[in-house]
Parts: sequence; C-alpha cells; structure tokens
Amino acid sequence: MKEKPVTSFLAREHGLSDAEYGKVLEILGRVPTLTELGIFSVMWSEHCSYKSSRVHLKKFPTKGPRVLQGPGENAGIVDIGEGLAVVFKMESHNHPSFIEPYQGAATGVGGILRDVFTMGARPIASLNSLRFGRPEHPRTRYLVSGVVSGIAGYGNCIGVPTVGGEVSFDECYDGNILVNAFTLGVVRHERIWLGTAAGVGNPVVYVGSKTGRDGIHGATMASGEFDEKSEEKRPTVQVGDPFTEKLLLEACLELMRTDAIVGIQDMGAAGLTSSSFEMASRAGTGFVMDLDRVPQREEGMTPYELMLSESQERMLIVAKKGREGEVREIFEKWDLDVSVIGEVTGDGIGRVRWRGKVVAEIPIAALTDQAPVYDRPAERPEGQDALQRLDPAGLPAPSDLGETWVRLMSCPEMADKKWVYRQYDHMIRTNTLVLPGSDAAVLRVKGTGKGIALSVDCNSRYCSLDPFVGGMIAVCESARNVACSGAEPIGLSDCLNFGNPEKPEVMWQFRSAIEGMAKACEALGVPVVSGNVSFYNETMGKGIHPTPTVAMVGLLEDASKRRVQGFSAEGDLILLAGADRLGLHLGGSLYLKEVHGKVAGTPPPVDLAHEKRLQEFLREAAAADLVASAHDLSEGGFACALAESCISRPGGAIGARVLSPFPEATRPDFAMFSECQGAVLLSCPPSKRDALLDLSRRFRITIMELGVVGGEHIDIEGLARVGAAELRTAWSEGFATALGLEG
Amino acid sequence: MKTAVLVFPGSNCDHDAYHALKHVIGVDAAFVWHKESSLDGFDAVVIPGGFTYGDYLRSGAMAKLSPVMGAVRRFAEGGGPVIGICNGFQILLEAGLLPGAMIVNDSLRFICDYVHLRAGTDRTPFTRGIPEGTVLKIPVAHYQGNYYADEPTLSGLEERRQVVFRYCDPEGEVTSASNPNGSARNIAGICNEAGNVLGMMPHPERCTEEVLGSADGRRLFDAMVAWLGERTA
Repeated sequence: MKEKPVTSFLAREHGLSDAEYGKVLEILGRVPTLTELGIFSVMWSEHCSYKSSRVHLKKFPTKGPRVLQGPGENAGIVDIGEGLAVVFKMESHNHPSFIEPYQGAATGVGGILRDVFTMGARPIASLNSLRFGRPEHPRTRYLVSGVVSGIAGYGNCIGVPTVGGEVSFDECYDGNILVNAFTLGVVRHERIWLGTAAGVGNPVVYVGSKTGRDGIHGATMASGEFDEKSEEKRPTVQVGDPFTEKLLLEACLELMRTDAIVGIQDMGAAGLTSSSFEMASRAGTGFVMDLDRVPQREEGMTPYELMLSESQERMLIVAKKGREGEVREIFEKWDLDVSVIGEVTGDGIGRVRWRGKVVAEIPIAALTDQAPVYDRPAERPEGQDALQRLDPAGLPAPSDLGETWVRLMSCPEMADKKWVYRQYDHMIRTNTLVLPGSDAAVLRVKGTGKGIALSVDCNSRYCSLDPFVGGMIAVCESARNVACSGAEPIGLSDCLNFGNPEKPEVMWQFRSAIEGMAKACEALGVPVVSGNVSFYNETMGKGIHPTPTVAMVGLLEDASKRRVQGFSAEGDLILLAGADRLGLHLGGSLYLKEVHGKVAGTPPPVDLAHEKRLQEFLREAAAADLVASAHDLSEGGFACALAESCISRPGGAIGARVLSPFPEATRPDFAMFSECQGAVLLSCPPSKRDALLDLSRRFRITIMELGVVGGEHIDIEGLARVGAAELRTAWSEGFATALGLEG
Repeated sequence: MKTAVLVFPGSNCDHDAYHALKHVIGVDAAFVWHKESSLDGFDAVVIPGGFTYGDYLRSGAMAKLSPVMGAVRRFAEGGGPVIGICNGFQILLEAGLLPGAMIVNDSLRFICDYVHLRAGTDRTPFTRGIPEGTVLKIPVAHYQGNYYADEPTLSGLEERRQVVFRYCDPEGEVTSASNPNGSARNIAGICNEAGNVLGMMPHPERCTEEVLGSADGRRLFDAMVAWLGERTA
C-alpha cells in the first residue's frame, strides 16, 4: 500500500493553513508522514486546540476555595465538603446531531459521561440544552424526535438519570441545531484520577471497544487517497453503544478502587491521538505505542485511521509497571477488550509503530505548546444598531389579553416539556428530589444531608441583541434558578456555541459574550471549571444566534431546605422580590417574538450587585423556611411566571388572585409580558409574612405583596383572568401540538 | 435474613434495589454476579431493572442464559421469594418462570413516569397485607413494558389469581386511559402459580422513601420481610 505524499496541498485539505504547515515542517525538521500530518491536523484543530478561543477563555475566573480542578482536564472538580467533590462538564455535539440526530445526540451523551467517569466519579445526573429550528420547519420534527430518543436511548441504558434541561426553537437554528450535553458525577477526593502518563516504563493500556473506521476526521477527503482500494465513504458520525459504555463505566470504577493505575483518559475527539499526546504532555513524558496491538474491528486499517478513529467507548490507561494483570482481570470480567499497546518513555517524544516501522515520531511539547493561537479580529456588526432599535409604542395591542396569555403559555418554548423528559429516565439512582419541570433539578447526595441543584440556561435572543449583556444574563439566570431552589452556586460549565470565528462580527459576539459572562461570574463569585467551544455553527453563510449555554451547579448543605417553583398551598401569600427590577423591557422578549414576530431591541438590564443580594436573600429565605416556593421571572415576564407557579405543580393546577406589580397606567400587554432580570415570584404561608419582609429589608430587596394562592382562576386584577385548568391544558399540550407529534 | 440482588452485564437498578433493601428497609443484602451458580444462604432474590446485554436482542433473552438463572429456577422451585422488576420481569418471562412476553410500548417511546397500580392479590410474599383493590403510586421506566399473552393464558392468569398489579387511575379504576404502555388487560405485574415468583414492570425500589415522591414501594419489601419472618418462625 502506498501512502499519498504529504504536500502543503494535502495539509490544506486537512485544515492546516500554510503558516501552520510551515510550523509542522519546522518542528519535525522534515516532511511529516501521513500519520503525522493527521495527528497535527487534529491536535491543532479548533476543537482540540481552542486556537481561536484560548485568548478569550483566559478571561474567565477559574479559581475559588472549592475548586479542585479547573479547565484543562477532562472535567472540572468542585469540593462539596465531607471529603466529597462533584465532577462536571458540558459539551456540544451539534454537527453530528444535525446529520444523524439519534446517534449524534446519543454519542454526545456517551462522550460527556466518559469525561466524568474517567476522573473517578460515578455519574449521577445529566442535563441537556437543545435548540432546534422553527417548529414548522420540515426537518424540525424529525430532529426533535431523533435527538430526544438518542439522549434517552443512551442515558436510560447506561442508567444515569437525565434530570433537566431546556428546549427551544428559533429560525436561526434551522440549519444548525444545538445539542449540548452535561453530566455530573460524585467522587471522594482521594479517588480522583487525572489524565497523566507519568512514570517511565509504565505500560500504556487500551481498554473498551475495538477500533473501527467510524468518525475519522477527514470527512472531506476520499478514502481512496490513502488506500488504493477505493472504499466507500464512511459516515463521520460515530455510533454509540451504551451497553458497552455501562460495562466500561463499571470496569473503570472497579479498577480505580485499586491503586494499579497512574492515569486514565477517555478517547474522545481525535481518539487515540489526543488521549496519548495529552496524557504525555501533562506529565512531561513521552511514549511509544505499537498500533498492531490495538484491538481492531475492521481489517486493513492504516496507522492514519487507527490514530484518528473516533470509535466510541474506549479509554487509554497508564498502569503501574507490573500491575497490568490486575487491569486485565477486571476488564476481562466485564467482557471488554484490554491490550497493552505501549509504554511511557522519558524522551518527550510520541513514537507510533506499525508493522515494525515507526510511522510517527513527534516531539510532544512542541505539538502541544507550539499549537497555534489566534487573536482574531473582532468587529461589532454593522447591523447591530438597527437590530437594537425598537419602538414599543408602535406595537399593536392584542385585543384579548387572556387569549394572548394562553397562546404564550402553549408556545413550544414555554410549554410543558413533559413530552421530552418523560422519555428520559429521570428517577434512576433514586436521588432525584425535584423532578424535571422546576427552575432547577435537585438531587440528594446519599450518605450526606446535602443536595445538588442543577440548571442549564441561555437566552440566545438576548445574546444576539447584545452578547455582553446576554452573556451576563446566562450566568445570572442559571445562578438565580439554582438560588430559587435554595442552593448556592459553586461552579459552572459552559458550551459556547457560535458561528465562524474567522468572521470579525462572530468574533465580536464571542468576545463580548465571554466578557459579560466573566463579569457576572466575578460578581457572583462563581468559577468556570470546565466547558467547550463550538464554532462554525453556520449553514450557507448564515450563523446561529450567539448561544453561550451555562450549566450551573449549586450546593444545598441541607437538601430538606429545597424549594420548587410551583405554589404549594391555597391561602399562601404571593410576593414579588426584586420588584424594583421591573421595567418596560420588551427587547428580545418572548412576547415580541411570538406575538409580533420580531427579535429586536436590547435585553433587560442587569444589576450584578442586586443580583448577588437577591440570591443570598433567596437562600436565606429557603434555609429559614420562610418561603414555600420561588420562581424567577424570565421568558414571558410576570404573567407567564405566575402561570407557571400555578400550573407546573405536581398536584395539578391551582388559581391565584394578584395585583399587577406595574403602575396602573402601564399598557396592559407590557405589564404582563415585559421581561426583566432580578425579580422572583415567591409564596409563603401568612404566618411567615412578617419574617420574610424583615429578611428582605436586611438584604435591601424590594418586595411587593401581590395576592393570594387559591381558586380556580389565575387572575391579574384589571389585566386578565383565565381558568387555571384551561391554561394548564394549553400548556401541557402545546409542545406536541406545535410540533405535530403524538401526545 | 439475607437478600440477593443479581447483577448482569447491563443491570442498572441494582444499586437502587440494594439501597432500598439495605438502607431503607434494613435487611441484609448482597450483590450476586451473574456467573455465580448458587444462591445458597439467601432468603430472597431480587432481579433488578436495567438493559442486560443492551436489550440488543429481546429484553432478557441473553440474561436468561447466565449461570445464575439455573440457581434462580431452583430457588423458585423451593418456594423462595423472587421478584423481577422491569428488566428483571422480562428476564423471568424469557426464562419461562412466568408466562407471556413483552413488546414495545404502544407509544413506541420510552416512558418514565409515576403510575397508579391496583393490587390484585395478597397471596405473594411481596403483597401479603396489601388487600386486593389497594392503590399504589409507583413509577415505571421502560421501552418494552407492553405485556402480551394469548387469551387462554390471560384468562388462566385471572382464574388462578396470578394478576398481582394492574395499571389504574388514582381512584383505582382500571381504564384504558390509565394504561401507559398498551399492556393486555392493563397487566403491570404477575406471579407464578405458586405465588412466590413476582414479575412487575413498575419500580417499587424507586419509591421506598417519601422524599422521592412516594413510599408505596416500601410496602412490597416490608411484606417480604414479614413473610420471611413468619416462615422462619
């Protein structure tokens, strides 16, 4: 078999620029082999090297007293006390999910699970953030069904509950859906494992599934170029096998209870290449690997293919010398392949052998440290000012506000997502204390009294109008959701989904969003401990809204103090905390989009100092049992938040009678559906009223008493009144109806 | 008193069953790997839920071939209490310890939700003290929970009081609207003729504590403990 000669042309086909290829020649001092070219191209790809984002990602605060592991490892780790820590990360699987929704989403879940258990943690919960095109787009229904069943198929089988998430729809995702998957695991401090290849002479062990040709990156290249036998083009989407991953999970955790290993890493993107080079890079070592010893699913695989395959459910382990037998015994018990494929060396070179000859020999430090870094030009788009112009007075007022209210509550962004989460096993492992459907999911940590609250958020309309403020809001809102449940945010992971970074306006969006997020993180004292960047979310030159999704992790020292968004009892008082944050903010609102067909204006303003006080107040109110429920005002404004508290309770709908928190002269539709940042709808038993008001004064939070829970109607006096049951029905059925799915 | 929680490749409710037995009910429990061929020393057997062998063939069709299933058969023949939950029920069906089969839910989708069950007989070790007509709130989580058997088998099950649970509404009415998966005659759980082997799709181990939304599942395990206590007394 002859390899195609490596040239700058072939390098360009691999996505390396001429300058980058020049650097490869300089590092090696010769022309690379095809395998080496493949290795450089994946290691220096945007996905693995973060070359366009690195300079901006540095702006995030990543340290804190609880942070045990920040960005740079497979996942972030945050201490939760009593010798325990949580390990979590979110990652995108956007492109594959658009091509093949079931497998794309499934392998997204599989990949993020491995990132967590490779660090020694048992995964206890997953979340996801999904964005699709318009509900009426001909492909949307197929994509929604496929993605949801893919997530269900993988997560349910491996037995990790999917406890929450978000699903929304916008035209900008018609050609580029977003599938962001998050997993959290729990680990004892002394059981944390890192991806390091330390100890010269230690064996490098391959475990898990066999390697096939799936997911090899060179999707653009005909395979004939590196094999004279013209092969069929393989789909670039990998195929998931959750059963094997379950075995891999149990085998890895069993192995990690021994001390037979030094380091372990998932073979994720760029497979054997990234795992081996990254582990050696972290340890400052080298390695030699013999590709003939890699368990293979297909015949005749080339070294290029073996190094670049993204076959799923594989791990690379560096064991202690002489302890290979223990590794073998455990993986054989679980019917998994295990093979010693190489060893750690001290010369800093990654050396790959195949059929008796060296096919790659790369200085590891140069490969990782000299990876390209770009500070790409950024420029505010010309159309941004026009986008931000909005004249609310010119909007026609709806004739029937009650009807508009029902319509908003049943639109797919707002409607009950039960059709989705009923397909996810959200109860397995018996930790889920707050089931899907509240602001945050809450899980208990068995063996302690603690709870973990989780929320994933991003309002991408806000981000498209003002990425800086939108970025701040993504952080504030996810932290507020966690605070509503009574928890303290202790860390976050993000998925930064953007268009083509080579476009200055996209780079401006990216930079602005990061700066906004970083500012909010600083103000709220929440570190970013892991995350992922997904660029090039563009089809036919049209980019998505900037979508920096935030997954917030909160800690409840006492899980019994958790709160939900739904009202609890008839006769409870309804109050609005942060009432001075209200305003006539129509910019980017759900009302503006759903009813008036516009995404325009500016997002509601954020006051970070207020936000911090508000969240402390919410936690204190929950801890002191002063509130029965807490729900933040977000999409759909006051009226939709009130409706959700009435109808999203597990016990069925309940009514409420309240005053409008807006001045009487306010235009009624604006009073109902204006959006704001920093206001939370509370309910409390009358006996707690005085203490709650006292507490609000202590935190300088403006609180307004609005009304009472009860009755069969949801009544905002002077504005609108609808039957609670009617609203609940519209909200329950809205999602399936809008998408034409069976209920 | 010691309970065995079987572990097959792909079992994933094994930890939940263990937790419920050991930490909530307070009976001794131990995991038993599927390659074991003896259940000596155990007083009850739990076959937990999951996706044994990925359910890539029919659910339970591979697991029934594991060595431990021979021991389960002998244990059952000796009158010992056996409960198969979800995938465990499917394994019992495939192994022929219970009659009938499972097909895909009529919605063709996985369902995870709380449902209501109407107790049909108190003659099993797990329902002793739960009178016929009692309504329990217990969650389901399955893709293939649509119970199927031919008409004579179904009638036989009813005549011999082998229908242990049916899906019902909160008031205990067995209606087609309360049937989550299309199961024949709303059947959620059945026992063998002797009554000591119970298979059920809903997950009692997931609801043994009020904080999880229901503690009704606890009643099955409490009944089992009481039954075993009487037997040894």
